[in-house]
Amino acid sequence: MLMAAALAVFSMGARPASAVDLTMYYPVAVGGPVTKIIDDMVSRFEKDNPDIKVTAVYAGNYTDTMTKAMTAMKGGQPPQLSVLLSTDVFTLMDENAIVPFDGLVSDKAWFKEFYPAFMANGQIDGKTWSVPFQRSTIVLYWNKDAFKEAGLDPEKAPASWDEMVEMSKKLVKKDGGNTTRWGVEIPSTGYAYWMLQALAIENGQKMMNEPGNEIYLTAPKTVAALEYWVDLSRKHNVAPAGSIDWATLRTDFLEGKTAMMWHTTGNLTAVKDAAKFQFGVAMLPAKERRGSPTGGGNFYIFKNASPEQQKAAVKFIQWMTAPERAAEWSMKTGYVAVSPAAYKTPAMEAYAKDFPQATVARDQLEHAVPELSVHENGRIYKFVGDAVQAAITGAQKPQEALAAAQAQSDRVLRAYK
Amino acid sequence: MSDATASSLIVPRRAGSQAWWNAVNAWLLLLPGAVLLIAFTHFPILATIRHSLFITRRNGTEAFVGLDSYRSMAADPIFWKALVNNFWFALGTIPTSIALALVMAVWVNRNIRGRGFLRLAYFTPTVLPMIAVANIWLFFYTPDYGLLDQLRGLFGLAGWNWLGDPSTVMGCLIVMVIWKEAGFFMIFYLAALQQLSPDLDEAASIEGASRWYTFRRVTFPLLMPTTLFVAINAVINSFKLVDHLVIMTKGGPNNASTLLLYYIYEVAFTFQDSSYAATLTVVLLMLLSAIALIKFGYLDRRIHYQ
Repeated sequence: MLMAAALAVFSMGARPASAVDLTMYYPVAVGGPVTKIIDDMVSRFEKDNPDIKVTAVYAGNYTDTMTKAMTAMKGGQPPQLSVLLSTDVFTLMDENAIVPFDGLVSDKAWFKEFYPAFMANGQIDGKTWSVPFQRSTIVLYWNKDAFKEAGLDPEKAPASWDEMVEMSKKLVKKDGGNTTRWGVEIPSTGYAYWMLQALAIENGQKMMNEPGNEIYLTAPKTVAALEYWVDLSRKHNVAPAGSIDWATLRTDFLEGKTAMMWHTTGNLTAVKDAAKFQFGVAMLPAKERRGSPTGGGNFYIFKNASPEQQKAAVKFIQWMTAPERAAEWSMKTGYVAVSPAAYKTPAMEAYAKDFPQATVARDQLEHAVPELSVHENGRIYKFVGDAVQAAITGAQKPQEALAAAQAQSDRVLRAYK
Repeated sequence: MSDATASSLIVPRRAGSQAWWNAVNAWLLLLPGAVLLIAFTHFPILATIRHSLFITRRNGTEAFVGLDSYRSMAADPIFWKALVNNFWFALGTIPTSIALALVMAVWVNRNIRGRGFLRLAYFTPTVLPMIAVANIWLFFYTPDYGLLDQLRGLFGLAGWNWLGDPSTVMGCLIVMVIWKEAGFFMIFYLAALQQLSPDLDEAASIEGASRWYTFRRVTFPLLMPTTLFVAINAVINSFKLVDHLVIMTKGGPNNASTLLLYYIYEVAFTFQDSSYAATLTVVLLMLLSAIALIKFGYLDRRIHYQ
């Protein structure tokens, strides 16, 4: 029986000597036919490069994809490359799972083609551990029709926190005791740490240090950021009570259940395709300053891949992130194209002229800071997410909830000092 | 049965070696089962206990830490939360689903019209895949669009964030699990009811016992072995829930719906902390062993088997 198994393995391996097989895991965190777009790009790459075969595996959301990749690695069958959160870099380095790109690319000028804000998360100790692919910032989507109906200027999104509350109060629509339209919704499941970080940045507070072993949850300005978020529902009554789901928020916005939403720009095309009303996209409102964390996924190459596979993976990644493809990817999803050159392609220029919303997230990059990235970030994200949900649901005061998360995070991060 | 098989397999020899051969035969027959049990139950249990006393460093080496993981578990609020949640979850699901199963079984055991259809309807939730069940109930619970909120809307009530509110999320899960489990347990009760001799019912009615009295003093005691079996299954199931949580709540909001096994899954696969996951698993094991001990040591003796 062993012989038969061995034979089967060998006969399966009988293919042109030069062919390289790659497996890639990737997540989907936004609406729209993302898997179809990826499959299409992969098959075009294979046509251009017949000696490389890429199996693209959809693996759930970012957390699920990371789980799958790490489990596969521990089982001895890691993928050769994956799209994972840019912030997973510390965990992947700590697990000894990935190789830096520096030794794999001949021309390091390639790294300079990307927006520096997107490279920031992946470059540690002078090495480049990942390159950007589906990158984003948080933007504010607003329903122009609702603004008009509420007597607000439909072309003007709120520019400050106070303004957002004032406008939201006018946008809330009631039918008897029921609220049929909320002013604004900020998602508190899935990526709550990301939204809290946006608010903290706007309030002038950094969330972590560079080496990724400290986090600042109890800083007064972080607490004030969460208080503002909680007040939207508990004090001002312009947002629904309880946690707001990341995945269904887009539907809420499209159905007119909320006049504004904070969400990743990665949803832009899905919103554009489905909205039955005029909508705008704006940078997030400011408190002390404007700001949003960058977000989204990078390409990583795994250590266990053979040298040929690593070389092929780089080739594939360079193909996927080339200006024309980056522009195409941005137009088809809404993610920020990863290089300035992508915005100079004729296709992108024409698209942006027709649909100026497509460049808002990119323009916001000048106010952006790197996404919360620390060691053991899976755990830390959970602590922060729990704290946000405890505060949002009224179980704890923001101060208490964040103090608990800080204490838990400190205990975990102690090992990395 | 195994005795019969065993003796038919061997040719009787001298009386002295007969017993010896019987023993060898018995062990050989037990071997496949024993190998599976040791490989997939006993060995993993021992490995888990061992693993809970070590930590795996990032570079792959192991270090002995003794009871350190247990100490940090005792200080871990999420663990306690999961444990308390699990207690309420078990209390919420087990008695109700068993009672409901019994009522349904008695109901569909009668000669009523549409009996086959009714049996099928009660059993359907059991056949559905877990993920499908979770999605169906998401459709009920989604705020504003969900079926529940649509119904509330008819009465002019505002939408409710069922799964996003810590005070309702556990109740929502309990209702869903009862819906899924009761039909499954019904099948066992139905089978048991059909095993009961009709003589007993007749005898009771000749004695002039009321239907309720007959059920209480005759039928129900005879169903006790089934009740015990079903109860054990219900307890185990209440510690086994993971799939629905992954789809519906991810244990949120703020761990309000985290159960022990889901937390183990999260620690092991999301946080990649296998030694702490092993520690938590040992606790789960101890809980389930304690329940098994109560069953075999205490309850079994108090039940009348036919």
